[in-house]
Amino acid sequence: MLDVVNIHKAFFPGTINEKVALAGVDLHLDEGDFCTVIGSNGAGKSTLLNTISGRYRPDGGAVKIDGQRVDRLPDYKVARHVARVFQDPMAGTAAHMTIEENLALALGRGTTRGLGPGITQAKRSFFRERLAVLEQGLEDRLTTKVGLLSGGQRQALSLVMATFSNPKMLLLDEHTAALDPQRAELITRLTRELVAEKGLTTLMVTHNMGQALRLGNKLIMMHEGRIILELGGEDKAAASVEDLMAEFDKIKGVQLSDRTLLA
Amino acid sequence: MPGAIELGLLYGLMALGVYLTFRILDFADLTVDGSFTTGAGLCALIITHGGNPVLATAAGFGGGLLAGMVTGLLNTMGKIHPLLAGILTQIALYSINLRIMGRANLPLLRATTVFTPLSDRALLGTLTSIVLFALVLALFVLAMNWFLSTNLGFAMRATGDNESMARANGINTNTTKIIGLALSNGLVAASGALIAQYQGYADISMGIGLIVAGLASVIIGTAIFSSSRVAVATAAVCFGSIIYRVIIQLALMVGLQPNDMKLVSAVIVVLALLIPRWGVFANVRARRRARNLPAEPDVTAPIEDRDPVSGLVKPGA
Repeated sequence: MLDVVNIHKAFFPGTINEKVALAGVDLHLDEGDFCTVIGSNGAGKSTLLNTISGRYRPDGGAVKIDGQRVDRLPDYKVARHVARVFQDPMAGTAAHMTIEENLALALGRGTTRGLGPGITQAKRSFFRERLAVLEQGLEDRLTTKVGLLSGGQRQALSLVMATFSNPKMLLLDEHTAALDPQRAELITRLTRELVAEKGLTTLMVTHNMGQALRLGNKLIMMHEGRIILELGGEDKAAASVEDLMAEFDKIKGVQLSDRTLLA
Repeated sequence: MPGAIELGLLYGLMALGVYLTFRILDFADLTVDGSFTTGAGLCALIITHGGNPVLATAAGFGGGLLAGMVTGLLNTMGKIHPLLAGILTQIALYSINLRIMGRANLPLLRATTVFTPLSDRALLGTLTSIVLFALVLALFVLAMNWFLSTNLGFAMRATGDNESMARANGINTNTTKIIGLALSNGLVAASGALIAQYQGYADISMGIGLIVAGLASVIIGTAIFSSSRVAVATAAVCFGSIIYRVIIQLALMVGLQPNDMKLVSAVIVVLALLIPRWGVFANVRARRRARNLPAEPDVTAPIEDRDPVSGLVKPGA
């Protein structure tokens, strides 16, 4: 399904500010895999997602979806197969358009947008049905501007928009991080339900280790542009937050000894 | 005063075009000053050669389409800043317009124009012509509303509202921008073609500073008929255009010279931008906004809960 082969990405290459964000990342996901990604700040998690979605072009390596290379395509073409939900609730929706208009935009993913009507009765009843799943009452507010919704509601809407056109891949970039704990919990639950319902191949970045362990069937830990730990199936089920913390401490230890050596 | 209303209706087409770029695409397009004259020049040229005035107006529209497309290509493919892309096209059009017209002023005095049937019956400047102009403009408003409610129209609105969201949903925002700019300048040029026929000449300087009139119409219209619905806003900018022409007419009536009108235009736009922030108007706006505030404020995850080294949130935090 998804093959990331030895991708490299550096920002400001060749300058004093050069920052290597990805230093040879290999990742394979099978159809229906739900993989969580954890790692410290600057580990390259978001860069990995941005590279898969075509927003960044990798300096080297390849990204393949269903065997087709996508790393040289513009982001809007990759978006035909890859849906995303961003950390910022404002980023995933058009604030001045209504809920149904936003949903219609997302429903058009992968189609050529012509002069057909943007909203039809059939679409509207489909939207109602999909929004009812969220239990947020949004199905009765189809003509409300999205800018008037709370962050949690916008994130829930973004999730529906990302999933209901059956993309080949779903990328979630810390999509619960900007919400209060209650709403984050709700969005996490919705994520699990929607992904399970559609069997979507999913890559989810999170800062919350508990969430990373609870969700999905795979887990990767990144550090300084590399994947340093990959847990799948039973290994992941058996792992605890303490185990992950221990892994992080190992890295910290290494860094510490490096620094001591230099001193 | 009927003349001012007629002018307002004819310029209303231009206001619709400016609305499309300025509000829908969020693109401050300065091509307008050039493409307006392009439409007028093309139309005048064809009419003086004995062409059909309706076709001549359509040709003006076509010229505007091309001009807008150039600005769109400069901005999207050339990655040139919107303002600069518009200015470049506009200044290039100045020379092209002179080439089209052959000289700086092209009179249409005894030629047959789309308005000849009205002027022959001495109906220009009467209620009949105003109603007729308004009906034609209404057709364009309806066409615009229809367009903005199609899938392509939604894609265009998303492009102006949140470009990265549009791209993340598979919309080629370069295409939507080019189409939007082309359509917008097509409308502006068609407006220029009509104005040339109405006043009986095309002039190389007729488009200078016109973007200010366009912005004034959009700002006045949307400030008075404040609604977040696109279908209301398109009609509102047409009313804005009429109000703007009436204000200009009043300024002329109190003794200001036609040469002062650019200054008057600029002052109108500044006032239209500032007045809503002052005194009574500000209170009205604040109240209106308070009604629309989201019910629940958003809460961001407290940074203190994060592990300072790994940046991770511990469970239960």
